[in-house]
Amino acid sequence: MRLPSAAKISAFAQSASDALDLPLPETYRPGVEANLSVAFRLSAHFLDSDLGDEAEPAPVFHAMSGSSRQEQP
Amino acid sequence: MSRPITAYAAYELASIFARGDISALEITRAHLAAIAERNADVGAYTAITAERALKTAAQLDDKRASGEALPPLAGAPFAVKNLIDIAGVTTLAGSRINRDHAPASVDAPVIRRLEAAGAILLGALNMGEYAYDFTGRNCHDGNAHNPHDLARMSGGSSGGSGAAAAAGLAAITLGSDTNGSIRVPASLCGLFGLKATYGAIPRSGTFPFVASFDHIGPLARSVRDLALSFDAMAGLDSDDPVSIAAPNQPVTATLEDGISGLRIARLGGYFARMGSPEAFAAVDVVARGLRVTETLEWPEVEAARAAAFIITMTEGAALHLDRLKTRAADFDPEVRDRLLAGAMLPGVWAVQAQKFRRHFRAKVLELFRHHDAFIAPATPTTAPLVDQKTFMLDGQELPVRANLGLFTQPISFIGLPVVAVPCRAANGLPIGVQIITAPGREDTALRLARTLERDGIAHSGVAGT
Repeated sequence: MRLPSAAKISAFAQSASDALDLPLPETYRPGVEANLSVAFRLSAHFLDSDLGDEAEPAPVFHAMSGSSRQEQP
Repeated sequence: MSRPITAYAAYELASIFARGDISALEITRAHLAAIAERNADVGAYTAITAERALKTAAQLDDKRASGEALPPLAGAPFAVKNLIDIAGVTTLAGSRINRDHAPASVDAPVIRRLEAAGAILLGALNMGEYAYDFTGRNCHDGNAHNPHDLARMSGGSSGGSGAAAAAGLAAITLGSDTNGSIRVPASLCGLFGLKATYGAIPRSGTFPFVASFDHIGPLARSVRDLALSFDAMAGLDSDDPVSIAAPNQPVTATLEDGISGLRIARLGGYFARMGSPEAFAAVDVVARGLRVTETLEWPEVEAARAAAFIITMTEGAALHLDRLKTRAADFDPEVRDRLLAGAMLPGVWAVQAQKFRRHFRAKVLELFRHHDAFIAPATPTTAPLVDQKTFMLDGQELPVRANLGLFTQPISFIGLPVVAVPCRAANGLPIGVQIITAPGREDTALRLARTLERDGIAHSGVAGT
C-alpha cells in the first residue's frame, strides 16, 4: 500500500471532517494529520496480509445471549 | 514494627493485623497521613475516601475482636484508578468532561470483591485522560510523578496507581491495561504489575476505553499481593460480556513451586530492538535468574502492534464520538487529535485488524504448545522526564507518548496474561520485564515472578527506602 502524501492526508482530513461533522479548526489540524499519517503508515503492516476469505474477525458474535462468553478474542 | 507501616506489603499487614500487633485503624490512619504528606508531590490521588476507609477499618477491628475468621487481605489498604466506580464519587476517567457526571451509585465489582477479602479502600487515583496515555501526565488534574525521581514520569495511563504504590500511599492499587497501562507504570515505578488474561477480572463498573483490549488489574510491591488480589477479584460477572470463570484453584496455591520443569524462552526479533541498553540488561538478568537459554521470535509482531494501534484509535473514537463533536475543546489536545483521527479511519481497517488479531493469536498459541512462558522488556527505557516529548531508540527520535508501550501493546492485543517484574537499571532507576504466559496461566507467571523476587532479582519497595 502506497502511503499518501501530506497534501492528500490533509485533504482527506478536511473531507472527513466535512462529511462526518467532526470539528477540525486550524489549531487541531497538525495533530490530527500527524495521527492520520501514523495510522496510514501502521495500517500498511497488516492490510495486505492475505488471511483468506474465511478469516473471522475477533470477537465473534453469537446470536444467543450469554454464549459469547465462550469465545475468547 | 521494624519499618514504617506504609512500607509493608499488603499480605504482611494482613498478617500483622491478624496477629493483633496493629489495628486496622492504625494502618488506615498511617496511610491517610502519608497521603496528606506526600500526595502533592507525587500527584497520585484525585479523591480520598477517608471516612469510608476509617469506617471499614473500625468494622475490621470489631471483627477481629469478636474472634471471627479474617479474610486474606484484612487490613490492607488499596486504591483504584479513577475510571473505576466508587459509590458516591464521580468517575473521572482522568477527564474534565466526566466531572459533569453524577457520582457512581454503586461500587464496581472489583472493589466489592477486594473489600470482601478484607481490603480497605482509600480513594481514587490519577490517570491519563480517558486512559489514552502511557506517560502519567494529566492536564486537568495535574501530572503523576515518579516517586523514585519526582522529575520523571510515573508512566501511564495508570499513573496514580504506579505513584501511589511506589510512594507507600497504598499497599495495592488497581489500574487498567488496554495496551500497557498497568505494565508501563509498574516498570517505571519499580512495581510488580499483573495484566491478567482478557476477561479474567471483570471490567463492569469501570469507564471503558477499548472494549477489545481493556483489562483491570493490580500493582503492588510484592508478588504475593498480586496473587491475593487476583484470587479475590477473578471470576465471572454477568455485567461484563467478556468475563470468564476464575481458575480452578487459587493462584496463591502454587506461588512457591519454583521453576523446575518450566520451558521459558526470551523473545527476540521485535522485542530485541528499539530499546535502551537498560531495558535489555534487565531481560538479561531475568533470563539468568530463570535459567533461560533459548531466544525465540514471535511472527508478525510489528503488524500486531500496528493492528492494536488501529483498533485502539477506532474503538476509542467510537466511544467518544459524541463528546468529540460537542466538547472537543475540553479534551487533552493530544488525546483529542488522536481520537479525531480515529473517527476518520476507514471501518475496513478495523475489521482487517480484528481478523489479523485472530490470526496472530493462533500463531502465538502454537508457540505455547512447546513453551510455558516468554520474557521481554516491559518498557524501552527507564522513566523519561515528566515533560519529555521524544526519546532516542535505535538512533531514531520518537515520541515518548506513543512508544513507551511498544513492547506491551502486541501482547495485550491477544489478551495474554503478563506479570511485570521490577529490576534496577544501571542508572539507578527501576525498569520492568514482562513474563508472558498462555491464557489462563496467571499461576505460572506469578510463580516465575515469585522465584525472581525470592532470589533478589526482582525487587520492589517504597521509593527511597
